Amino acid sequence: MNRTYELMFIVRPDMAEEDLGKLISTLETAVASNGGTVKGVERMGKRRLAYTVRKFHDGVYVLLLIEGKGDLIHELERRLRVSEPVIKFLTVRTDEEQKRLEKVKKIRDAHRKATPAPAAPAEAGAEPAPVSA
Amino acid sequence: MADETKPTSAPAAPDAAPERASADAVVVRPTGDRPDRPSGDRPDRPSGDRPSGDRSDRRPRPGGPGGPGGREGGRKYFRRKKVCKFCVEKIDAIDYKDYRLLGQFVAESGKIVPRRLSGVCTPHQRRLSTAIKQARNIALLPFAGRAS
Repeated sequence: MNRTYELMFIVRPDMAEEDLGKLISTLETAVASNGGTVKGVERMGKRRLAYTVRKFHDGVYVLLLIEGKGDLIHELERRLRVSEPVIKFLTVRTDEEQKRLEKVKKIRDAHRKATPAPAAPAEAGAEPAPVSA
Repeated sequence: MADETKPTSAPAAPDAAPERASADAVVVRPTGDRPDRPSGDRPDRPSGDRPSGDRSDRRPRPGGPGGPGGREGGRKYFRRKKVCKFCVEKIDAIDYKDYRLLGQFVAESGKIVPRRLSGVCTPHQRRLSTAIKQARNIALLPFAGRAS
């Protein structure tokens, strides 16, 4: 039932490391208090921006993998919008895409099992029947 | 063919009449030449040939792609078959974070390259386009100008 999101935000480059850590932990507690879970945090480091954002040419990218409901994202984005060091953010919903990827992977694995016929005769007998029919 | 009939009819005089008949039959070749072809409808080809016959009428000959094929003026008519990079390499997930991969489908000006130039298939082009727009929003790719 829970949706998975990827929340990527850019922090101004002249921010200290520990402040960034504080910001991330604040967001994590917000996630937990609103009934979600943080699947992972990835600090992608300082990167040159493709265009100037609020007069900055570089930025520190951070990626949060979150699982929760839509209201949680509303809350997080509100916080990010008011927080001063964050200059840009983007939320992408990923659960539908993951579902599609798993489906494709499953079909591909079924094909792979079907082709080595002498290795797995039972599976080869079972799988190509629904696939080819 | 007239040479053939002469030596055969010469030695056997009493058999001349039937031989001449056969010679006539032989000489009158055109109708009986190809017995397997019935009267001129060309139905001896398999029925599957008919649609391809129509197809060759619609398009210029695929025999000369790009060169002699497009002499009508449409130079870009039948360029070599570009394959979809994602289909070939079996890349399922087109991620907006993968700016290097996305950058291959973005022109110098920052515009998204159209499908007919990049050779990407339609579903992948749609996903690619969404990913590029997401990357632009998060400043991984530019909206306009050279991608640094």
